[in-house]
Amino acid sequence: MQKKAYERPVIQRVQTGITSKVGAQYGNRPVTDIDGVPVKQLIERYGSPVFVLSERKIRQNLEAANRAFKTRYPKVQFAWSYKTNYLNAVCRAFHQAGSWAEVVSRFEYEKALKNGVPGPKILFNGPDKTDEDLRLAIQHDSPIHIDHLDELYRLHAIADEVDHKPRVAIRINMDTGVYPMWDRFGFNYENGQAWDALNKIMTMGKLELIGLHTHIGTYMMSASAYHIAATKMADLALGLRNRYGKVVTYIDMGGGFASHNTLKGSYLKGADAVPSMDDYAEAIASALLSAGFNQDELPWLYLETGRALIDDAGFLLGTVISNKRLSDGRKATIMDFGVNILFTSFWYDHKISPAQDSSSYAEDSVLYGPLCMNIDVVREHVTLPPLHAGDQVVVHYVGAYNITQSMQFITLRPAVVMIDHKGTPHLIKQVESLETLERGEVTPDYLNEIGL
Amino acid sequence: MAMRIKKNIALSESGFIFHPSTGDSYSVNPIGLEILNLMKAGQSSEEIKAHMLEHYRVDGDSFEKDFYDFQVMLRTYKLVEDHE
Ligand SMILES: Cc1ncc(COP(=O)(O)O)c(C=O)c1O
Repeated sequence: MQKKAYERPVIQRVQTGITSKVGAQYGNRPVTDIDGVPVKQLIERYGSPVFVLSERKIRQNLEAANRAFKTRYPKVQFAWSYKTNYLNAVCRAFHQAGSWAEVVSRFEYEKALKNGVPGPKILFNGPDKTDEDLRLAIQHDSPIHIDHLDELYRLHAIADEVDHKPRVAIRINMDTGVYPMWDRFGFNYENGQAWDALNKIMTMGKLELIGLHTHIGTYMMSASAYHIAATKMADLALGLRNRYGKVVTYIDMGGGFASHNTLKGSYLKGADAVPSMDDYAEAIASALLSAGFNQDELPWLYLETGRALIDDAGFLLGTVISNKRLSDGRKATIMDFGVNILFTSFWYDHKISPAQDSSSYAEDSVLYGPLCMNIDVVREHVTLPPLHAGDQVVVHYVGAYNITQSMQFITLRPAVVMIDHKGTPHLIKQVESLETLERGEVTPDYLNEIGL
Repeated sequence: MAMRIKKNIALSESGFIFHPSTGDSYSVNPIGLEILNLMKAGQSSEEIKAHMLEHYRVDGDSFEKDFYDFQVMLRTYKLVEDHE
């Protein structure tokens, strides 16, 4: 006799008012493969947990974003925001598809150079650029986005030593009606700081002002904030034209478009709550087009979009370690991945799917990571089919900020695999070992013998 | 020893359970329902375990662990007789 598939027996109280859970039809179907490669096979080959990136999705996202903007505005250039995910394979996929680079630190800058991005196509942002960093950027003719007056003065001094004018933009912050206002970076529009900096640059004449930059925030749920921001940026650009006859090459609107992740506490699922790429494009393009630029002086629109281009191209595959019953009766499931590699679980309710067939019955539980730390909660409340030790899951929308912000706390960082557009997986970062972890450590000689 | 489901508990075929004295409702998955029905029919824990091992792809230890947890929940929800 053929035995039947087993599932844990589960009983749970039906919450009055949440009638949709009666009979517990489970909407989240199993995800058994990523771009045609079975989850089982990926875990067998690269270990568990493992990050998997879909290059196909990355390219589709960039293509769709380009289409949304280029059908509305004639001069558009994306620059890949390195800190979102700076694995070289990822950066190169973006560059190959036409993206420039946007960096915020020296090592990111060097990475972009090593990835083959020509200096003029590396936008250098951030409040912490040393004189050495600035000299390197000037040598490669990269646009330097000035963050504060000290940086401006230092650039003036460095400009005296070098043989060609540094090419610069200033970062602007402004009120777009969205709270919190990101006013710690750059020069403020409303209180005149921005004009003050622009006047200094124009009067001194030591720097070549080529653009204006802003980044109004991240995961911005309002497209109209971008309309306001683009209007203010255009106002500054037109003011430069009037006052100094200066035509800037570009307006850089930064990043910040929301991905389809669901913010904690949000009633609506991410995809239903956030503006589409078309909404953002319409808001920005309409502001720039109606600002009053001469047709032949229309600035380029630069975009430093990060999370919206890669979040949904990233998956974390993991395995159930054990199930537990908490003292208050709640079910808890312990996974082999924790918040040390899933930093974004602090503000997102990540979508999680089982990776094998399961019944349509769903159970409420808490998902914990494997760390010996109370903060290691991947989902405070999730509804999944009964999972058994050894079962596998897929965590969705993890492509942005997790790999770059992960740490080897208690557990080592996992391998990262990218599946190319033909469906072939490539290892793009090895799993860490004790050796990688201890690289750079130096133990003083007198501690060689511990004598226990 | 048999753990007994309270007599007044109603079990529906679809895995819906109603506790008339508290008004609470519960849902069980198909395997949970099968176990509850065996319990209602007066089978002992050992008999239930033997039945499950015969019909499902599961080993004894795994089932025992899950069954134990299930029984804890039945007790928590006060669906079984206090005296066994
Ligand atoms: C200057 C700058 N540009 C671009 C980005 C990318 O932002 P996002 O991932 O929200 O698109 C950031 C991130 O905060 C940033 O600081």
